[in-house]
Amino acid sequence: MRTVRLWCAAAWAICAKDLRTEFRTRYALSAIGLFAVTTLTVISFSLGPLGLERDLLGALLWVVLFFSAMAGLSRTFVHEEEAHTAPALRLAASPGAVYMGKFLFNLLLLLALEAVVLPLFVVLMGLEVGHPGAFFLALALGDLGLSGVTTVVAAMVAQAGARSALFTVLSFPLLLPLLVSSIEGTRLALEGKDIGTVWPSLQVLLAYAVAMITAALLLFPLIWASPTRSR
Amino acid sequence: MDRLELQGLSKRYGRLRVFQGLTAEVRSGQVLVVAGPNGSGKSTLLRIIAGLTHPTAGQVCLFRDGRLLSPEERRRQTGLVAVDVALYGELTAWENLSFFARVRGLGLSPEEGEALLAGVGLAGRGDDLVQNYSSGMRQRLKYACALLHRPGLLLLDEPGANLDEAGRAIVEAIIARQRQNGLVVLATNDPREVAFGDVVLHLGARP
Repeated sequence: MRTVRLWCAAAWAICAKDLRTEFRTRYALSAIGLFAVTTLTVISFSLGPLGLERDLLGALLWVVLFFSAMAGLSRTFVHEEEAHTAPALRLAASPGAVYMGKFLFNLLLLLALEAVVLPLFVVLMGLEVGHPGAFFLALALGDLGLSGVTTVVAAMVAQAGARSALFTVLSFPLLLPLLVSSIEGTRLALEGKDIGTVWPSLQVLLAYAVAMITAALLLFPLIWASPTRSR
Repeated sequence: MDRLELQGLSKRYGRLRVFQGLTAEVRSGQVLVVAGPNGSGKSTLLRIIAGLTHPTAGQVCLFRDGRLLSPEERRRQTGLVAVDVALYGELTAWENLSFFARVRGLGLSPEEGEALLAGVGLAGRGDDLVQNYSSGMRQRLKYACALLHRPGLLLLDEPGANLDEAGRAIVEAIIARQRQNGLVVLATNDPREVAFGDVVLHLGARP
């Protein structure tokens, strides 16, 4: 029990450290936020006058969220490697705690992004949500899976060259099932379908998040603790 | 900590051989000095001992109470100070200490933190951002962070780097104290630091 408590405390300490660093530098928030707002503005000017259907709006929302995440969620590990702080973290913390701390940080970053993007989406694209409960549940479960996968992929690409391109290329196939289910669940929620109709999509999202986070926790020690570049 | 054994350690990067068949043993209270010219693999060897890099062949064995520690236990028992291992510049010195204490599952009171900082000559500078520190002050803070958990094995890569005479005196005191608590491995080219060694391992230049 004490081990679990210490593990959770270490994970939270890593998340809190990243949050504090982010509040002082605003690097990831700026990258993600600016990308999201710019993309949203371009979309609203080009497609807004067409009066898009709700199914297209749901897909567009997830496209914006996905590419915004690609713009900044790798930062958490890339910065550790670039600033040469990763070895100290490797020595001090268990790999599982590092993964969970970074995962929580990325999740909070995504939630902050959505707090900005969603109101803008409503205003610029005229988004109307038929079933808000199901809509936010689909978003939350999608965020869980998105953070879980991008965190472990970020740890992989942080030790490689051409990180940005690799991050998107490696993340996309892993995230494809999540995107399909998120878009479907969001579409049904936007159309105001009852929770019974949306539930299968939510189940897929929940199962995906649990499977990916579990796999990431099992694989992460191999990814994090085996740097080969350093001399 | 009873003893540290390096058993037939070799390291290659592709076709590049860094070193081969290194064997050494140091016991509690002793200092192992790894000496050699630039590029001979001193830092690589320290990283292997710390568990940050895998050897191509051989193994590192750390014993406590006659028992071989697992890699995870070895990690928890190790403190590392190296020029290319940095602390968080966006955090203050106190926040760095507090962070490393928390991830190691230790409680650190402000008094203990201040005592650690005072021990490396940084008294009263705990609230300054590390990115505003000089390179020598950063090196001193690395010592405070490395000693935070009272490591049984202290690894020092170029221990006097960036330090003035006062800083070097602090390092000498730290090494003397660590001799009483466990083991020290230091990698250096400095003849003054080589003189600390009870066991000296000379790495040769690669052809």
